[in-house]
Amino acid sequence: MNNLTFMPVLWPLFTGILLIFFAKKIKLQRGISLFSSLIGIVISFYLVITVHNQGILTLGVGSWDAPFGIVIVADMLSSLLVLTTNIIGFAILLYSFYSIGEERERHYYYPVFQFLLIGVNGAFLTGDLFNLFVFFEVMLMASYVLLVLGGTKIQLRESLKYIIVNVLSSSFFVIMVAYLYSVVGTLNMADISQRISEVNQPGIISVIAIGFLIVFGLKGAIFPLFQWLPGSYYAPPIPVMALFGALLTKVGIYSIFRTYTLMFYHDQDFTHTFLAILAILTIIIGVIGAIAYWDVKKIIIYNIIIAVGVILFGISVMNEQALSGSILYIIHDMLIKAALFLLVGIMIKISGSDDLRDMGGLIKQYPAVAWTFFIAAISLAGIPPFSGFAGKLLILQGAAEKGAYLGMAVILISSLMVLYSVMKIFMNGFWGTPKADYALTNGKVNKMLVPAVLLVIISVLFGVGTESVYPYITQAVDSLMNPEIYNKAVLKE
Amino acid sequence: MELLMAIVIGILFMCATYLMLSKSILRIIIGTGLLSHGAHLLILTMGGLKGGSVPLLSDEAATYVDPLPQALILTAIVISFGVTSFLLVLAYRTYQELGTDDMEEMRGTETNE
Repeated sequence: MNNLTFMPVLWPLFTGILLIFFAKKIKLQRGISLFSSLIGIVISFYLVITVHNQGILTLGVGSWDAPFGIVIVADMLSSLLVLTTNIIGFAILLYSFYSIGEERERHYYYPVFQFLLIGVNGAFLTGDLFNLFVFFEVMLMASYVLLVLGGTKIQLRESLKYIIVNVLSSSFFVIMVAYLYSVVGTLNMADISQRISEVNQPGIISVIAIGFLIVFGLKGAIFPLFQWLPGSYYAPPIPVMALFGALLTKVGIYSIFRTYTLMFYHDQDFTHTFLAILAILTIIIGVIGAIAYWDVKKIIIYNIIIAVGVILFGISVMNEQALSGSILYIIHDMLIKAALFLLVGIMIKISGSDDLRDMGGLIKQYPAVAWTFFIAAISLAGIPPFSGFAGKLLILQGAAEKGAYLGMAVILISSLMVLYSVMKIFMNGFWGTPKADYALTNGKVNKMLVPAVLLVIISVLFGVGTESVYPYITQAVDSLMNPEIYNKAVLKE
Repeated sequence: MELLMAIVIGILFMCATYLMLSKSILRIIIGTGLLSHGAHLLILTMGGLKGGSVPLLSDEAATYVDPLPQALILTAIVISFGVTSFLLVLAYRTYQELGTDDMEEMRGTETNE
C-alpha cells in the first residue's frame, strides 16, 4: 500500500480541474500547467527511484485487496514509461506556448492536455484489465477533444474517422474482456495470469489473445489496422500531433507488452509468431510510406509505424535481450519522435509549407535548428552512440539467439531506410538554396527550439549513458520474464 | 437462456456491422450504438444468467448472481453514452462545415485539404 503509486494520475487530475476555473486567463493557465508538469516529473522520478529500491509498488484502491478490488501497480516498466510521459508532456507544453494559438488556449487546451496525461499515466499504472479499458477511454476522450479543437475542415473530417475507429476498438475491448472473464472469472491481471495456467484451455485463450492483439493493435497501429493513423495524425496542430505520436500509440504497445508477457505466454509458437509476422509487415509498410512521401509530417508519421513494428518484434522474440531492447527502444522512440515532430513543426513554421519541395537552405539562417534535427535524425536511425542504437542492438541480439533471421534482416534494412527518409528531410530542407525569404527571426525560432533541444539532450544522455540506465531496464525485464514476481507483488501470497 | 442471448447478440452485431459499412454518418453512429449494446449484453451473458438471487446480503438466498459484470456494464454504458453524444455533436458540426454526411466524400485527397 503506497499512495505514491497513484500520484502520477491524481496530480494531473487536480491540475486539470483547477485549470478549468481559469479558462480565460491564458498567462495563469500557462504558469499553472508548467509548474504542475515540473512537479509531475519530480513525482514520477521519485516513483522510479522508489520502485528501484523497494521493488514493485501496489495500491488497492479503496483498500480492497488484490483480486477483488482494482489495484494500481507500479513496476519498473510502468514507472519508466510514466517518467518518460511526464518529460514529454513538459516539453510539448513548453512548445505549445509559442505555437498552439490563443484561440485554442482559451478553449480548454491546457485542461484537456492534463486529462490526456491522466489517461496515459493511468493506463501504464493500472493492474486491472477493465480499469485499463477505463483509462483508455479517458485518454481517448481527451484525444478526441484535442484532435478536433479548432474545428478546421480537415480536423473535423479526420476526427470523425478517428473516433469511429476507436469506438469500434473499444467495443472489441469490452467483448474480449467479457470472453476472458467468462473463462477465468477475474479481471485482475496478476490473477488472470495465474488462473490461465490453472484452467488449462489453451485454444480459447489463444483466440482471446489474438482478440486483444486486434484491440491494442488498432490503438498502436500495427499492420492491417494502421490505416487511420496517417490521416488522423496529420490533421491537428504540431504540439497535439507530437503528443499523439509520442504517447498514444505507445500506450497500445505497452498494453501488448503487458498482456503478452504476463497473461498470454502459454502458446508462444502460435501467438508470438503471429505477432512477429505482423510486426515485420508493419515495418515494411512503414518503410514504404516513409520513403514515398515528400511531406515532412507524413514522413515522420510513417516513422512511428516503423518504430511500432520494431518494438513489437522485440516483444515477439520474448527473451531477455529482446525485451530489454524493446524497453530501451520504446523510451528512446517516445523521446525522439516528440523531438522530431517539434523540429518539423519549426521547419513548417519557417517555410510556411510542409512539402519538402518548397523548402531549402534553412541551415544558413537557422543553423541551430538544422544541427538539432541532424542529431535527432541519426538517433532515430540508431547510429551509435545515440539512443536508438542500444535498443536495436539488443533486439537483434535476442532475435539472433532465437534464430529469427528474417526479422533481423528486415530491421537492419529498415534502419537504412529510416536514415534515408530523415536525411531526405535534412538534405532537401536544410541544404540547397533558400526557396523563399524566410522572415521568421531567430529569437522566435529559438524559443520554440528550447523544448526540442531539451528532448534531444535527454535522448543523447539516454543513449550515451545506457550503461547506467541498464540496471533499471534489467529490473523491468525481470518482472516481464518472470510473471511470478509481478503476481507475488500484487496478490501478496 | 444463454443460447437465446447468444443469438440476440449475434443479430445485434450483424445489424451493427451492416450499418457501419454504409456511407451515411448517422447510420454509422447508430451502428456503433448497436455494437456497444451487443457488447454489454455479452458481458451480462458471460457472467452467467439466472444463477441466483440479487447480490444483496440476506439470510434467505443461498446463492447470488455475480455482481461484477453488472458493475462493468454500468461503466461501459456510461462511457459509450458519453462517446456517442460527442460523436453526434461532431457529426452535426461536420455536416455544417463540410456540407455532406457521406463518408465517401470525406476521403483525404492528395493535398489533404
